[in-house]
Amino acid sequence: MPLADLEKIFQDKIDAEVKIEPKDWMPEAYRKTNVRQISQHAHSEIIGMLPEGNWISRAPSLKRKAILIAKVQDEAGHGLYLYSAAETLGTSREQMIDDLLTGKAKYSSIFNYPTLTWADMGAVGWLVDGAAILNQVMLCRTSYGPYARAMVRICKEESFHQRQGFETLLVLSKGTDEQKAMCQDAINRWWWPSLMMFGPKDSESVNSDMSIKWKIKRKTNDELRQQFVDMIAEQVKLLGMTLPDPNLKWNAARNHYDFGEINWEEFWNVVKGNGPCNRKRMEARRKAHEEGAWVREAAMAYAEKKKTREGRKVA
Amino acid sequence: MNIQIRKFYYGDIPEDAGGSGSSAQQPVTNGTAWPLWEVFIRSKQGLDHKHAGSLHAADAAMAIENARDVYTRRQEGVSIWVVESKYIHASNPDEAESFYEPAADKVYRHPSFYDLPDEVKHM
Repeated sequence: MPLADLEKIFQDKIDAEVKIEPKDWMPEAYRKTNVRQISQHAHSEIIGMLPEGNWISRAPSLKRKAILIAKVQDEAGHGLYLYSAAETLGTSREQMIDDLLTGKAKYSSIFNYPTLTWADMGAVGWLVDGAAILNQVMLCRTSYGPYARAMVRICKEESFHQRQGFETLLVLSKGTDEQKAMCQDAINRWWWPSLMMFGPKDSESVNSDMSIKWKIKRKTNDELRQQFVDMIAEQVKLLGMTLPDPNLKWNAARNHYDFGEINWEEFWNVVKGNGPCNRKRMEARRKAHEEGAWVREAAMAYAEKKKTREGRKVA
Repeated sequence: MNIQIRKFYYGDIPEDAGGSGSSAQQPVTNGTAWPLWEVFIRSKQGLDHKHAGSLHAADAAMAIENARDVYTRRQEGVSIWVVESKYIHASNPDEAESFYEPAADKVYRHPSFYDLPDEVKHM
């Protein structure tokens, strides 16, 4: 079949909201974009375990520790769902992990910021997971079947993450003066990086956007960011805290909150590897991977030995 | 088809915009990859096992334990099947039209094909 016909069948399916499945024909650029996006998303889940893992041993109570462990476990699971979805497109797990560990593949820049106080666990859950969820809810309807199914599973589990984050801050916001200050400080530090999670402004893009045409994405960066600001600007009132933006103001004409300009220089700096924790995160991942190598080898050797023995018994 | 995707969404940063990785860093995985397994979960007694996803494991016992940790953290299952992915054979979607064609013109296989008087009960 000529390429143009295959492309037409493909686009017709997308337009009719029929999901694309692994063995279906798809344009090479669709495959590559999905591999890149899904694997970056997976890497973000795995690297995202590090800033929170930092607080497991220092959680203020057994209850908070159990919750934090459960959350970090979920993130490992989310990484795995996503790696599996990417593998259906023909890439391998080793390739993706190599790309992450050599710095070729990216992950969400938000995880290159440090978690300095316990209140950061609340702010990460509320703001960072809150921003991620908006993106992920949209992705439940993405056109590639395995990615959409992974997202449905992830969204089901993710809402506890955001709720526990808000509740952590809520408790602090009703605490001592020191705890209140810690709560406000965490919000101040995480607000702008959270807004950056949605990526550059739509106006930065000059080309027609295939991601939208192919329904990999269904909303633009600015749409999602606005949705996030509107949501958080209301929720912060319930904490009795403020967001660190003097330009944040309800705009009745637009029916949205107006907000200040993001520091894009900082955004690109962190993306390019110069954020506060980029090196530390990669070092931690490489160390874990290298120190786990003997376990992976031993497990494989044991499995093979067992198989040989069983084979001999049968013979 | 010359396609350029220029938007930088969350989780979608193009390599050219992100700066390249250090070339001094050598790949670290070394060919001891565990095989891929497909996981099927029975969510409760009386229901079918349903495909849940896939994972890597050295052997079947590890695949079942990993599947428990990954796919049933919130009591989503009472039984797990795993099968190595290489043993799954699938129909070809490119041939779907001709492959399923024989069923297309046999409406008489459905009960609604038969017009019966209203007086007929229990049928």
